[in-house]
Amino acid sequence: MAASKEDRIAREAAELRRVGFTVNGQYHRFNVGGEAGEISPTHTLSHTLRETLGLTGTKVSCDQGACGCCAVIMDGKAVLSCKVLTIECDGKTITTIEGLRDPKTGALDPLQQSFIDHTAFQCGFCTPGMIVTARAFLNETPHPSEEEVKEALSGNFCRCISHYQVIKAVMSVVEKGHEHGQ
Amino acid sequence: MGNKYRYIGKPMPRRDAEEIVTGAVQYLDDLKFQNLLHGKVLRSPYAHALIKKIDKSKAEVLPGVKAVLTWEDIPDWRGGTPRKVPVLDKKVRYVGDAVALVAATTEEIAEEALDLIEVDYKVLPAALDMDSALKPGAPLVYDEFPGNIIPGGTIVFGPNCLKGVVRGDVDKGFAEADVIAEGAFGYENIPNALPPESVGAVALWEEPNKVTVWSTSQAPYMDKITLFHVFNRQVEVRSIGNHVGGSFGTKIMCWQVQAYAVLLSRATGRPVKCMFTKEEHMAAFTLRVGSRIHARVGMKKDGTLTAIQGTWYVDTGYYSFTTQAQVAVGSGELMIMAQCPNWDLKNLVVATNRNASGSTRGFGGQELKCSFIPLLCLAMGKAGLDPFEVLKKNFVKPGGGYFWRDGNWYQYRGIDYSRAMDKGAEQFGWKEKWKGWLTPTSVNGAKRTGIGVGVHGNADVGEDAAEAYVQLDYNGTATIFLCAAEHGTGQKSNYAKMVAEVLQIPPDRISMTPADSLVTPFEFGPVGSRGTYAIGSAVINAAEDAKRKLFEFAAPKLDADLQDLETADGVVFVKGHPEKSLKWRALGNDRTILGFGRFEPDFTLCNCMMSFVEVEVDTETGKVTLLRVVLATDVGQIIDPQGLEGQLNGCIGSAGIDSAIFEETIINPSSGHILNANLIDYKWRTFAELPAMEHVVLETPIPTHRFHAVGVGEVATSPGPSAVLMAVSNAVGSWLHEYPVTPQRVLKALGKMGNAATGGTR
Repeated sequence: MAASKEDRIAREAAELRRVGFTVNGQYHRFNVGGEAGEISPTHTLSHTLRETLGLTGTKVSCDQGACGCCAVIMDGKAVLSCKVLTIECDGKTITTIEGLRDPKTGALDPLQQSFIDHTAFQCGFCTPGMIVTARAFLNETPHPSEEEVKEALSGNFCRCISHYQVIKAVMSVVEKGHEHGQ
Repeated sequence: MGNKYRYIGKPMPRRDAEEIVTGAVQYLDDLKFQNLLHGKVLRSPYAHALIKKIDKSKAEVLPGVKAVLTWEDIPDWRGGTPRKVPVLDKKVRYVGDAVALVAATTEEIAEEALDLIEVDYKVLPAALDMDSALKPGAPLVYDEFPGNIIPGGTIVFGPNCLKGVVRGDVDKGFAEADVIAEGAFGYENIPNALPPESVGAVALWEEPNKVTVWSTSQAPYMDKITLFHVFNRQVEVRSIGNHVGGSFGTKIMCWQVQAYAVLLSRATGRPVKCMFTKEEHMAAFTLRVGSRIHARVGMKKDGTLTAIQGTWYVDTGYYSFTTQAQVAVGSGELMIMAQCPNWDLKNLVVATNRNASGSTRGFGGQELKCSFIPLLCLAMGKAGLDPFEVLKKNFVKPGGGYFWRDGNWYQYRGIDYSRAMDKGAEQFGWKEKWKGWLTPTSVNGAKRTGIGVGVHGNADVGEDAAEAYVQLDYNGTATIFLCAAEHGTGQKSNYAKMVAEVLQIPPDRISMTPADSLVTPFEFGPVGSRGTYAIGSAVINAAEDAKRKLFEFAAPKLDADLQDLETADGVVFVKGHPEKSLKWRALGNDRTILGFGRFEPDFTLCNCMMSFVEVEVDTETGKVTLLRVVLATDVGQIIDPQGLEGQLNGCIGSAGIDSAIFEETIINPSSGHILNANLIDYKWRTFAELPAMEHVVLETPIPTHRFHAVGVGEVATSPGPSAVLMAVSNAVGSWLHEYPVTPQRVLKALGKMGNAATGGTR
């Protein structure tokens, strides 16, 4: 009996030391610890996405939550993945820039296509964060005004000043949404 | 405009567009390497100190640490101009200077190892600004440079590198002047160009003396050359370029971080990556040079300049690599803007105990002009002249001339930009809005609006040699061999467009090699707006050469003369007889055609950008709001309309216009620490506060380019800051001469700071 109780405690402890979450439709489960292949309690989500899962579309610029380059969608909201610890993500559903494409058809998200059509980038480093932030915002607010779009993107740093073309790209998707009665 | 081209000037998605919007583009930090180690730098907490002793024993035994290097462990490798700056030294010269390097299996272990290195410093008095550095008996940043004056000139620009402008007779010029203005003016707040991607490098050393470097550089081929010299001309360097996450000129010189990675790879035999954190990027990488002039200017009542005399003081920080080049180019740029017969403008490059200065969009000219135009404003104010008219009048015209960086005189053979300036003024409504000096355009309660104008142009467009190959294949495709890293301007797409136009095949049939110095010929790098004219010409020449060789192959088979042949869509045919044709396929599987193209420097051409700005000043709070920007230019021929629009919009970012409103690097004046080395405390413009932005772009064909175009990307920022200073001065009715125009400075100009300083008592 004693042995089985110990087993159970060990099993539960091990359970507690696990973190599992879904990224772009795929479930990932990790042990928490300091060994190779484990998630360190100090790892940020951006680190795990980039270094462990190889999803380097999420960019890290300031690593201090000020620039928006590392934005991903978590349970429907845009979050700064450099400010989220991976161990906080248990049970969450995450979409990164790689996950915006239609997984079946490979079709680009309308925002991605619109960014291409409006050349809404220059160096492109901030672009994944911009698109992801805009996608989360439009999901919640499908018919925003231009001012609301600007406000939603005000945490995204772009040094090339692609802002004007980004606004055109986002507003174009908003207007097409209207046309399609979405 | 009757655009006769098939591809040039037509909007087209960028070649890397889909990769960018899907996150597939790989910047340096995204590349994967087997057995990669991570490099970190231990940095000095003192602005000036001698390293008495370093104990690295605890760091070396930390599991995972593979190398710890100090100045005692490395070869005497040096950079800088002159080449006097050791990669690691026994002396530190600014807060953040490198003291030791660590390579470890993870970043965390490398960081932990930094904490275990014990350094015993002897702290020295520091010269933190130009005033302190120039005082008699000031602490010397380098023993080799007495008085903290760094010698002018750079060998790269030849033996007569421009070190100042002396021409005509300034005494005579001042005697002829109707007004003379004099004073000291500066652009010293060293705003940070701050691309989102930090700087970094990965190096892989191979025995005995070979190294491959991947880095964030915008000029990969030049890295091979720079590092060859830094490494005592004993190491064979292969340089590979990647997508660059913004540069704004700052990433043409990544020699230090590259050297760290190379040294650590040399010590470990494994690939080592050194990426600067954002804090290091902001506090330990290069900044814009600090600029101050003590000068006077003479002017006639009609706006004709008669004399310019004075000294340009340039704060280069603890070392210089490009500063002398910036001084040479900046001096030439002032001559382009201020056509004046009599000059005596000296300059002094001053070393101080702050981080190094480096290349930044505007490259000397922006810094000098932001200091000079406020002086010019005083003269124009005294003479009661409209600044738009004076700037237009004094900008170089065909037949005019200037000294350029090599010290030679060049007669300008480009177009007259007056038409673009007039169109810009018209679009902006300058004549209606201009109410005279120190007079607001409108007053609405506490809010006042004011306008300003600035101008800039450079002859960088034709700077430095460029080389490219274009290879034709039997299947009707072409490959461009070019050492160009895409840093945001979309130029790689434009080169494909230019080759497509020459060969008359769709751009998607043209591929491009990666930037790899082992594979591609020499290329200087996309700087100074030279991408369109200089690099573009090399690529075009290579395509023309390939086409000529194709015709040489086809002519005997078609029984035609070379000059009678033309090609389109992978078919060579006789002009007027399309039935007499030969597919490129006739080349056969076992043959390719390789064309070579080279561009030789040409300083007889310059570009031009005029900025008009309107600001609103809240006289209660001192807040300055940028309401509207109109940029006016002539590009000869638009290559890519959307890319051009993007580059022009960039005028407010990358240490441009906003360096006059809120952007600045703030240094603790007593310790030398940078206080805002993070993206929260460094103020940048957000989406919520975008000004109205308008571009007036004319297309007057430039005679010297195959497609009549000239680059304008770099110069978009340069005229803006001084225009803002002018606009705010006009709005508040009092001269402001310091950048940026913070609320504090505005309220001081309005005579309202007394209240704030004394807690509201009167």
